[in-house]
Amino acid sequence: MSTQSNTMPGFFDSPRVEPILSSTHPFMWSLRREVWEYRSIYLAPAAVAAVFLCGFLVTLGRLPAKLRGVEGIDPVRYREIVAQPYDMIAGLMMLTGILVSVFYCVDALYGERRDRSILFWKSLPVSDLTAVLAKATVPLLVVPLVTFATAIATQCIMLIVTSLVLLANGLSVGTLWVQLSFFQMTILLLYHLFTAHALWPAPVYCWLLLVSGWARRAVFLWAILPVLAIAGLERIVFHTSNFAMLVGTRFIGATHHAAVQPGDVFPTNPMTHITLARYLTSPGLWLGLLVAAAFIYAAARLRRDRGPI
Amino acid sequence: MACIEARGLRKAFGTTVALDGIDLSVEEGRILGLVGPNGAGKTTALNVILGLTDYEGELRVLGRNPWTERDLLMRDVCFIADVAVLPRWMRVSQALDYVAGVHPRFDRAKAEAFLAKTSIGHNSKVRELSKGMVTQLHLALIMAIDARLLVLDEPTLGLDILYRKQFYDSLLNDYCDRNRTIVVTTHQVEEIQHVLTDLMFIDRGRIVLNCTMEDFEARYLELMVPPDKLAAARALKPIHERQFFGRNVLLFDKIDRNQLAALGELRTPSIADVFVAVMGNHAGATTAQGVIR
Repeated sequence: MSTQSNTMPGFFDSPRVEPILSSTHPFMWSLRREVWEYRSIYLAPAAVAAVFLCGFLVTLGRLPAKLRGVEGIDPVRYREIVAQPYDMIAGLMMLTGILVSVFYCVDALYGERRDRSILFWKSLPVSDLTAVLAKATVPLLVVPLVTFATAIATQCIMLIVTSLVLLANGLSVGTLWVQLSFFQMTILLLYHLFTAHALWPAPVYCWLLLVSGWARRAVFLWAILPVLAIAGLERIVFHTSNFAMLVGTRFIGATHHAAVQPGDVFPTNPMTHITLARYLTSPGLWLGLLVAAAFIYAAARLRRDRGPI
Repeated sequence: MACIEARGLRKAFGTTVALDGIDLSVEEGRILGLVGPNGAGKTTALNVILGLTDYEGELRVLGRNPWTERDLLMRDVCFIADVAVLPRWMRVSQALDYVAGVHPRFDRAKAEAFLAKTSIGHNSKVRELSKGMVTQLHLALIMAIDARLLVLDEPTLGLDILYRKQFYDSLLNDYCDRNRTIVVTTHQVEEIQHVLTDLMFIDRGRIVLNCTMEDFEARYLELMVPPDKLAAARALKPIHERQFFGRNVLLFDKIDRNQLAALGELRTPSIADVFVAVMGNHAGATTAQGVIR
């Protein structure tokens, strides 16, 4: 029917030659697209850190006076004074991470249906499981890493500026670095973020993802209501609160499995003793991960059947 | 091997039957136009073929089950849904990066060449583009994929005449270059009449007409009848009759060409005219109201 095929017989209708297929990385690109879409994954921690840093620099002026009385006399008090802002930024990053992850999970499988872009994603050779796994990777890996990196970057700036201020005031920089035990703090923060903020609450995040893929509106409400209903029913019928406890430990239950701490100190305190073996052998961790995997699988199955809303 | 092979394809949403036992076979290398009124089941049929919807019955697309193997199928199939579905937050460059990153048959240079003909900037976000430009971008992405089956659901909605023409020309060129199968739905039927090799009318989940374009041209004839021969022409039972500038235009199905030629001026009807006639008669038959046209 075309003039081309008449003038060049046999050329275009030669048997189909398989073209060299370019290599693809569906998972990596799916993950990258999540970070493109949800820029708050890195913008929120950066904004919080920036605001904190401003506050820190303002208060830095009073530090030399505070340290003069305790340096070389009361090492415990010294550490308390210098470590406090480092603990604060670490804590702020943990909190920001939780908020970012929760808001991300609530929207991840809902947003793409609301803006109809799911039809575009589904027109490409990326399986529903790959897409959902990429989404689950955000709260379980990306957010902890981003908040960790932001916390460390902020702390490095703080450490350098503090050192300069101490130098200018004739105070010992060496004492600061020894007392702060920066490297140990860094390792402990990373450990805490993954054990207590990613792996342990994984079922919570994956549950949010599942509801996000299911609900037609009000994802957050649908995610919370069944939990409240079951807990309430149990309270009324059996006068117990096992379910509420079970859910509750998913938020805060990791710490006593993952580490031993003297008193009620911050998780990045160098006195913290890591108990990785106990954490890795606690049934709670693996049961939680099993439930999380089930939620991910269910969310992937659900996505197959879901179109735009 | 047939590109699309369906038997007893059925899909119901609650009590609404969208596909009512469709049998279908599309050979590789055909260009099939799927035409039907709103709510006829066109989009459902396409969704089922693309693995976006569950279904009853048997269906193989390029030898695969679309419902369970959508991701594998999409290496060889590409589609454009009937509304703008490109994510609004995405940048043009990101869209190119992403498709290149996940699709083994995507030719980035080709997509860039398509885009170069438009006024779409690489750094623009989809939300900043006009409706027509979003469609242009989507078409550029899709047309750069070396797919064996191309499914287009109202692909030129919102495009100006110039670009629509360009699009169908490039579609045709591409088709000739490769052994591609194309399934296309559109309301602008007259624009694709010369492109199609096969035609299918669908109404209320059923296939009303399924023929090749050669059959279509051999089967349907339109006759412009002068008033004195009107009675004789009407005796041959036209399936449709309409007035055109005061003259009677009669549409015939499977009536001998020579017999008709004696009665007036003959020509091949447009798909739209046959569609109106067939759909009118079909509606009349199914509702048993005997609508006289």
